[in-house]
Amino acid sequence: MDPSRKRAIRLTVALTAAVLLASALVYVSFSAGNKEFTASQLLSRGRPGQTYELAGTVLTGSVQRDGTTLLFRIRDPKLPVSVPVRYSGIVPDPFAAGRAVMVAVEKGASGTTYVGQGNSLTTKCPSKYQAAAAS
Amino acid sequence: MEFLVVLVVLAAVILFVTAPLRRPAGASPEAKPADANLAELEAAREAKYRELRDAELDHRTGKLSDADYEQLDHTLRGEAIAIMHDIDRATIDPQ
Amino acid sequence: MALIGRALLIMALGTAGFGIGASIHGARTGRREWVDAGRRSVYALAALATLAFAILEDAFFRSDFSFNVVAAHSSTTTPTFYKLAAAWSSQEGSLLLWVFLLSLWSSLILFLVRNRAREIVPYATAVLLGFAVFFTSLAVFWANPFTTSANPPAEGAGLDPLLLHPTMMIHPPMLYSGYTLLTIPFAFAVGALITGRLGAEWISLTRRFALAAWLFLGIGILLGALWSYTELGWGGYWAWDPVENAALMPWLCITAFIHSVMIQEKRGMLKVWNVSLVLGAGTLSILGTFLVRSGILDSIHAFGASTLGVPFVILLAVMVMGSIALIVWRRRQLRSDARLESLLSREAVFLFQNLVLVGMVFVIFWVTFFPLISEALTGTKVSVGPPAFEPFIVPLALILVLLSGIGPIIAWRRVTVANLRRNFALPVAAGLVTLFVLLFWPGGPSSRPFALIMFALAGFVLTSVVQELCRGVAARRAMTHDPVPLALVGLIRRNRRRYGGYTVHAGLAVLLVGVAASSSFQHSQDVILSPGQKAHVDGYTIRYVRPVESVSSQKISFGAVLNVTKGGKHVTTVTTTRNFYPSQNQADGLIGKFFDTSNADSEVGLDQNLRRNIWTVINAQPTPLASLINQGNNVFAAYAPQVMTKAAKLPPAQAASAMNTLWAYRDAAVSEIARRFVTNPWPTEFLLIVAPLVSWIWLGALIIGLGGLIALWPVPSFARRRARVASPARPPAPPRLPVREPV
Repeated sequence: MDPSRKRAIRLTVALTAAVLLASALVYVSFSAGNKEFTASQLLSRGRPGQTYELAGTVLTGSVQRDGTTLLFRIRDPKLPVSVPVRYSGIVPDPFAAGRAVMVAVEKGASGTTYVGQGNSLTTKCPSKYQAAAAS
Repeated sequence: MEFLVVLVVLAAVILFVTAPLRRPAGASPEAKPADANLAELEAAREAKYRELRDAELDHRTGKLSDADYEQLDHTLRGEAIAIMHDIDRATIDPQ
Repeated sequence: MALIGRALLIMALGTAGFGIGASIHGARTGRREWVDAGRRSVYALAALATLAFAILEDAFFRSDFSFNVVAAHSSTTTPTFYKLAAAWSSQEGSLLLWVFLLSLWSSLILFLVRNRAREIVPYATAVLLGFAVFFTSLAVFWANPFTTSANPPAEGAGLDPLLLHPTMMIHPPMLYSGYTLLTIPFAFAVGALITGRLGAEWISLTRRFALAAWLFLGIGILLGALWSYTELGWGGYWAWDPVENAALMPWLCITAFIHSVMIQEKRGMLKVWNVSLVLGAGTLSILGTFLVRSGILDSIHAFGASTLGVPFVILLAVMVMGSIALIVWRRRQLRSDARLESLLSREAVFLFQNLVLVGMVFVIFWVTFFPLISEALTGTKVSVGPPAFEPFIVPLALILVLLSGIGPIIAWRRVTVANLRRNFALPVAAGLVTLFVLLFWPGGPSSRPFALIMFALAGFVLTSVVQELCRGVAARRAMTHDPVPLALVGLIRRNRRRYGGYTVHAGLAVLLVGVAASSSFQHSQDVILSPGQKAHVDGYTIRYVRPVESVSSQKISFGAVLNVTKGGKHVTTVTTTRNFYPSQNQADGLIGKFFDTSNADSEVGLDQNLRRNIWTVINAQPTPLASLINQGNNVFAAYAPQVMTKAAKLPPAQAASAMNTLWAYRDAAVSEIARRFVTNPWPTEFLLIVAPLVSWIWLGALIIGLGGLIALWPVPSFARRRARVASPARPPAPPRLPVREPV
């Protein structure tokens, strides 16, 4: 086969593979991803049966433990609202009231509490540099 | 006292950094271009020796066919000899 | 001293700026003295940065809380080792560390190449100093480590307890060494593109630095994973967190580069790939530095949303657009000297590994930044976690391991049937035997196809490496007639790059076997146990024998001794604790501050061997002690002010004695309350994990490190070459054919 034709074929195959990979990536990202909401967004736009990534700060004084289940409230960064969360997965060491956290939640059967999914709770490492920002 | 230390450090930095600019023209204590040229040629020779050894090891461990190895070895040796000629020329006439 | 520190930073900024101008002026006018002045600017920058860093370290060592950064990140009770390492746990200190390391490596490379590549070096110097100007400006104007306060506190805030771990203290310098070392090949690539000198010269100059960057960055990533596994309470070593990914991406890029340059050196191919990979790695290392401190992505690491985001974005934009512009400008000189003759050849394997590694970088980049990408496209942030990575990374990793086994044994230019038979028979047989044995092994990995394939590929890779070693030794012995051990040492000494690389491949196979096994066959239990009770995990019985507690000035620990048995036989005994560090919050009370759960970490109870790990962690909470703690707070809230008021009226010695008595009573009360965990233990939560072959990850990493060191070690001829340069010109020798030296 003519070398330049060989090269053209190889380039086509490589580009096709790249396009397929990229398409698969885009598809998986949008389908496997959860929308990231604050507490106020979750309350106003959250739909039952849908999983969302709830991001915010743990409300001071809201943390309780019931066996291996953790109960706490996540505060909205701007508005004075908070969302109750019930979480039974692994709790990261830095987790504490006043810390920035993110957890995948779904609206619970009770309708008011949100149930944390799996081991999705992550806590930002507290940065002393951030001073009083996370309060 | 701290101010004095800062001034001393500043003076030292300025003197050190601008030293080449204050040297008389052509009186550079750094290596001359000829030395740099020789160093590059000798580095090229060492690299060529390495390539020769790599080729032989590849041949002995079955990653180069006999025909490919002979051709490659011949080419590399020719290149090595050319570099050595350049080294000898540079040694005789550094300009 | 803070004033001197600030002045040093400003001088560093000025020196770096002058150096850029001098280098470019020298390059454009051909005036050597300006190039030399530019190089001396780098040396001076290194001296200034070293002095500034020393002043900062001295302030930490002396616990000089007039320095704001010391007050915020250290305390008098912080152990000395951690005090010195606390310097880089802050934004300001870490920026200074960046400048310090950048200036050191830059000085080293410029000293080593001071007589070479005269056209490229001035531009490379300018680029390196450009980075120095950027980071020094950030330190001078935005995050100055030498800011002071007129009223320093008596005690500092202390280091975050999670960072009080040796691996966590070495992790940042290793990572930063990797990042700063990556700027050197980047700078030389830019210099080569600007000057059009795109042969092997710039690669041979910077190859070792690229390898050193790869090694340090790899060590940094590994230490982070080790810290996560042994220190954090989740039992994992990799979470696909954005800052983990930020370090992995440039590492993958530079891995591709290290391999790909061999093709350019031997066949003059893949030139565009090589410059792109180096420029990409350098850009990704700045991106990594940016991610950690920008707060743009929700990550467990963030120095906090700071104002440093905008300058970094500008720098990244300049680097990306500049790189693309330079490559497009020089595309003619970057044309390959030779063509790919066959897809079944070593050259093709190198090309495939480039594609796989870049594919992995692309996947990681996309998924990491997806929240921002989705927000830009749809207006809503969409978060994706590990489920999005694994469908792509696992198959790509399998292909990578396969290529790492094929690469060392496949022929150059084109493969023949004879060559295939000779080189592939044994490794393929080993891989297939491994596959079939494990497939039919009772209780084996047949239920996890990806893990099974990884084990089979590891068999293939390890056999190919051993085969290569054996053949190399045989080849050497044919020439030198040395005994086998001597021949092996001689072989590796003479061919460090090759056999260092093969060692790395072997290490990678071992590491990924550990990853595959530990992630596919892990068993875990989250249980509540009282003393005497037990849990069952993967055939092991774990019994909560007894609670333990300890009190010190630094922390209070609540822990448990756990006894592990299997089939009635004792396996091991481990102890796990949860540590509570005193808070600085007055509202917690004089007693309550010692039981602050927001300042806590875990000590993992770990028993590991080559076969399996038993990982345990206790999640003890002081909640049942709440009423006692409140009582204590109330008592001391009433008592302490009385003592302080009386003490204020006493002479100093008596006042100190009175206060000491108060604190002694307080400490006794805290100890007595803490003791309740042992005398009146309550049901406590445990996370128990049994996972196979976790140690193979650390072992594989050690082997990779060893291989990297072998490849990096200077060859003896380097020393001989330098000696010859210094000696005066010698009389001409007649031309000789190169002697056939032993391989």
